[in-house]
Amino acid sequence: MNAAAESVERRTDYRLPLHRRRKLVNAIALSLSLGAMAFGLFWLIWILYETVVLGVGGLSWSLFVESTPPPNVEGGGLANAIFGSAVMVTLATLLGTPIGIFAGIYLAEYGQRGWLGHVTRFINDILLSAPSIVIGLFIYAVIVAQTRQFSGYAGILALALIVIPVVIRTTENMLRLIPNSLREATYALGTPKWIVIRSVTLRAARAGVVTGVLLALARIAGETAPLLFTALSNQFFSMDLSQPMANLPVTIFKFALSPFANWQQLAWAGVFLITLGVLILNIMARVLFRKKD
Amino acid sequence: MDATVSTTPKVRSKMTVRNLNFYYGKFHALKNVNLDIAEKKVTAFIGPSGCGKSTLLRVFNRMFELYPEQRAEGEVVVDGENVLTSSEDVALVRAKIGMIFQKPTPFPMSIYDNIAFGVRLFESMSRPEMDERVEWALRKAALWNEVKDKLSQSGTSLSGGQQQRLCIARGIAIKPEIILFDEPCSALDPISTSKIEELIEELKQDYTVAIVTHNMQQAARVSDFTAYMYLGEMIEFGETDQIFIKPKKKETEDYITGRFG
Repeated sequence: MNAAAESVERRTDYRLPLHRRRKLVNAIALSLSLGAMAFGLFWLIWILYETVVLGVGGLSWSLFVESTPPPNVEGGGLANAIFGSAVMVTLATLLGTPIGIFAGIYLAEYGQRGWLGHVTRFINDILLSAPSIVIGLFIYAVIVAQTRQFSGYAGILALALIVIPVVIRTTENMLRLIPNSLREATYALGTPKWIVIRSVTLRAARAGVVTGVLLALARIAGETAPLLFTALSNQFFSMDLSQPMANLPVTIFKFALSPFANWQQLAWAGVFLITLGVLILNIMARVLFRKKD
Repeated sequence: MDATVSTTPKVRSKMTVRNLNFYYGKFHALKNVNLDIAEKKVTAFIGPSGCGKSTLLRVFNRMFELYPEQRAEGEVVVDGENVLTSSEDVALVRAKIGMIFQKPTPFPMSIYDNIAFGVRLFESMSRPEMDERVEWALRKAALWNEVKDKLSQSGTSLSGGQQQRLCIARGIAIKPEIILFDEPCSALDPISTSKIEELIEELKQDYTVAIVTHNMQQAARVSDFTAYMYLGEMIEFGETDQIFIKPKKKETEDYITGRFG
């Protein structure tokens, strides 16, 4: 055996220490990630635990049928707040979803290169990360201050402004995940562009798009700041959207800060309801997204 | 007629390509290409990667127009009309000149709707008529027996080879005259590949077929005419037997015998 061959052979000895070092680095990185996960989960579980423990006690039939009580009065429920939240969240989603989906389609299928697409995407990114209190104040300034009236409509508009950027972003991203080969194959049959989008790309991306809408819905269900300046709150059961409207987040905010035990208990029950609702929406979104084979 | 088209086949030509130049932005991808594609025959395009064979195919059905930076100059004449400059709607051009891609691309809908989708674009028909058309197309694509009991299942649930035949059936269903195959077997296993090859053999009874392939044996097996391309130029074009047994150009011989490419 000559010297050159021997030195090549000896080189394999380097593998073992190198491999040991990699294993060590791997072990350290893995424990750091596990630690980070445990840290996050610890708080999350604690929050859920407190919510359940303090919230479940307030659950009762009257919670859903009686309106918020005046101070120092026993009993009462959250019926007006639950109804107001459901109405405003639903209408805001119905208002924001089509706008968001159409804008997302524009960004993914038409405005990929043009300046309008770039500008729209940039503005949408800003809107997406805008603190919700800014959106609440904006609607307060342009609507509430002008009409001199807190109203359910103003609340719906503020919530819709939060829905829109979320839906735009997810719709665009989901459409972009559709491989171009699928688009080309559709065009190759002589399909006009709008049918390509309606029947093939949007259809292929529908699970993702619906997930985006559900996540937006979950997001606005717990938003307090945009409603504080717009829908405000209402002590009574009201179906009039042109009047201040009760809603869960603002009621929780008000009741939790109050000195009355009954109000505090109702606030916790409200927190429990919102948490449960958002959890269910998130799980639904995940199940739906996973179905997309 | 142009002298470079010396090997013009002695059969009726369905498509005539004259002085075709193609650009990706500033890149000159096809250089003065001339050839005749024979009616109801299979014409194969071979050559190393990047030689422009797929590009050429994508000019035939104006697929390149989806991308604004791509540009074609010259003539691609089908039935006496230059498809590149004709006022005819691009949708009608593509209905006449179908295309099958490298990877199977079933639409996210049922097997039945995959076929009916294209038909509905151009014809309105009753449900029984549509059933008939779907069955006809699936039989033509040699897929009917495998899917006839599960037409309502998703097209994506089929195997790769079945998906590719579904795509062929989808193309046939709108009654094209020319079918372009862009490396249709490169993502398939050998058994699926041989099924597609048999299918191409049968399709040429009714359709004019052009196929791009990296597999020279495949070109030799399925085609009547073969074009060898290199760096955007048509190096040699003639009957497949002649190209594979006695190529006229040294470059063609080098490529076919594996000394190059």
